[in-house]
Amino acid sequence: MSRISKTIAGLQAQNKKVLIPYLVAGDPQKGLTVDLMHALVRAGAHIIELGIPFSDPSSDGAVIQLGVERALRQGTTLSDVLEMVSEFRRRDKQTPVVLMGYLNPIEIMGYGNFASAAAAADVDGVLIVDLPAYECEELFGAVRPLGIDTIFLIAPTTTQERTAAICANSTGYLYYVSLKGVTGAAIRDKGEVADKIAHLRSETNLPIVVGFGIKDAQSACEMAAISDGVIVGSALVERIGLLPTQGACSSARLDDAVAVIFSINEALQNLNN
Amino acid sequence: MRYTVSKSPSVDIVSGLDTSHSADQFSGPDLHGHFGRYGGAFVGETLVAAVEELDRVYQKLSKDPAFWAEYDKDLKHYVGRPSPLYFAERLTKRYGGAKIVLKREDLNHTGAHKINNTIGQALLARFMGKPRIIAETGAGQHGVASATVAARLGLECHVYMGVDDIKRQSANVYRMKLLGANVIAVESGSRTLKDALNEALRDWATNVDNTYYIIGTAAGPHPYPRMVRDFQAIIGREARAQSLEDFGRLPDALVACVGGGSNAIGLFHPFLRDEGVAMYGAEAGGEGLETGRHAASLSAGRPGVLHGNRTYLMTDDAGQIVETHSVSAGLDYPGVGPEHAWLKDIGRVNYVPVTDQDALTAFRELTRLEGIIPAIESSHAVACACKLAAEMSPDQFIVVNLSGRGDKDIQTIAAIDGITI
Repeated sequence: MSRISKTIAGLQAQNKKVLIPYLVAGDPQKGLTVDLMHALVRAGAHIIELGIPFSDPSSDGAVIQLGVERALRQGTTLSDVLEMVSEFRRRDKQTPVVLMGYLNPIEIMGYGNFASAAAAADVDGVLIVDLPAYECEELFGAVRPLGIDTIFLIAPTTTQERTAAICANSTGYLYYVSLKGVTGAAIRDKGEVADKIAHLRSETNLPIVVGFGIKDAQSACEMAAISDGVIVGSALVERIGLLPTQGACSSARLDDAVAVIFSINEALQNLNN
Repeated sequence: MRYTVSKSPSVDIVSGLDTSHSADQFSGPDLHGHFGRYGGAFVGETLVAAVEELDRVYQKLSKDPAFWAEYDKDLKHYVGRPSPLYFAERLTKRYGGAKIVLKREDLNHTGAHKINNTIGQALLARFMGKPRIIAETGAGQHGVASATVAARLGLECHVYMGVDDIKRQSANVYRMKLLGANVIAVESGSRTLKDALNEALRDWATNVDNTYYIIGTAAGPHPYPRMVRDFQAIIGREARAQSLEDFGRLPDALVACVGGGSNAIGLFHPFLRDEGVAMYGAEAGGEGLETGRHAASLSAGRPGVLHGNRTYLMTDDAGQIVETHSVSAGLDYPGVGPEHAWLKDIGRVNYVPVTDQDALTAFRELTRLEGIIPAIESSHAVACACKLAAEMSPDQFIVVNLSGRGDKDIQTIAAIDGITI
């Protein structure tokens, strides 16, 4: 069982929801990312999605675009991101780390090189936003044998036929996109999300977590109530963007930057009880 | 006979697709949009259903003669096709070699080849019942062509354009507004064409239910590269028939400029099986490949994935897309259509960089010698053709795609000359 599956199974055994923050690696400075990851774990994160910065993030809204631009101004590369995961692992052997990003940086590094480097860094999962299930075999065929989970998005527009193909290629968890749009938009139809997730349950036993548009304790609780957990990106990246682009930050300052995760975790605890 | 002349298309040159060939290497893409290892549909999950629906609709409509009849009718009466094939006699004399013959896409309504594609895609949008059109634009030509067809069909139109391009192409911005389009300034990333494309993709994902995205070049996720090629292939079908009529044979070479590559693939595609016809794609060499300031993704880039397709890209060692440079806004794009990537790899088409300087020289020569002011984009093709002609014999001839007229570039040229107009 992968670290991701073990983590989620452990939470489910305690009737708890999964809380997954997303941050952009290297935002707003390379030296802060690992400390921020530890701060997120302190705040209650169960799994961390670490964004690989890419110059053309066409599925992301304005907040994450700006985070990516800050990370790229620091010269953050995919090699740096893998390095950050290794460093994080020196102090944290439990919390799963999922790399999320776009295909081109991995394509340029080479699939084989990426797979072995990700395994060496102890990455737990990969989610490539612009890699549909039909095209995934070459890359995911390289990472899966190394014990890395392959995670996919399912959108409100995903057809029944594609849902089956995605479930067949997914391990770890399914990432359900709550809305038609980009990251950071507002969820308009909660009932529709609930219906879709209920339908997905009939297709797969994989845990289903909901992302896009979850910005506070209230939206997190609403989505967690109908799923196995939530992913929080833009609301966190917005706060991280206020950190200085150079110089050290105290632990207290980092804890403050990730306070939204702390408050969502608290709210989810109450939801569980 | 020196030339392998393939069978003439079994259909009239201005109607529908050439179905006279059995499946061979040039009948791509495959069902999932691949040309060799290039192409595909690398989009976020929200848009997968949208591109699949578009593919289904296009598969169906492209087999329907009534669809092509309407397209042909619009091309004839609204666009003004067929566009002439014109022998540029004085330009030919200047280089003393092969005859230089221009395919006059600059004479189309709105002044460029772009309208061939927007006419076709607007018919699709109407058929699919989408009341809202979005488009991206660099120089503004595709934006104008999209706003034009939207006005004609009474569709709402939003055009994404980088803020830097809006400053450079103010006349086209105003033209779009006159046509009733909403021009949206894109402030993200490098604030040029590639970022306008990102923003259009974001809009599409958000408004996928009621919106049709008219991509302006033969790139992007499947089925766009195929569809845009099919709508632009009218250029090559006409040029092929006109060559046979005017010269009694096929040309020795074809030349077209390549940014995303829609005018080039439109000219080349109907000739791909004609082995005796050499093909040259003129890329934006900018200030020279050695300076790194250019947009020649085929000559100096490498394969990667951007904007929905695997193709040659201008990307750095870390996989980030790098900023490109060209004096011509329409060629200033870090990628290229996937069919070109494949045609490069199999060696069917030669892709050559043409510098800003050489393109500007060709611009002036064509203007003075023939009284035709070409778009700076098309001037890259003219420059390439002049060089080629000089090395060929006078009994040979080259067809150059004069993809657009240069009115939009007058301010750029004046600025280079130090004149404010």
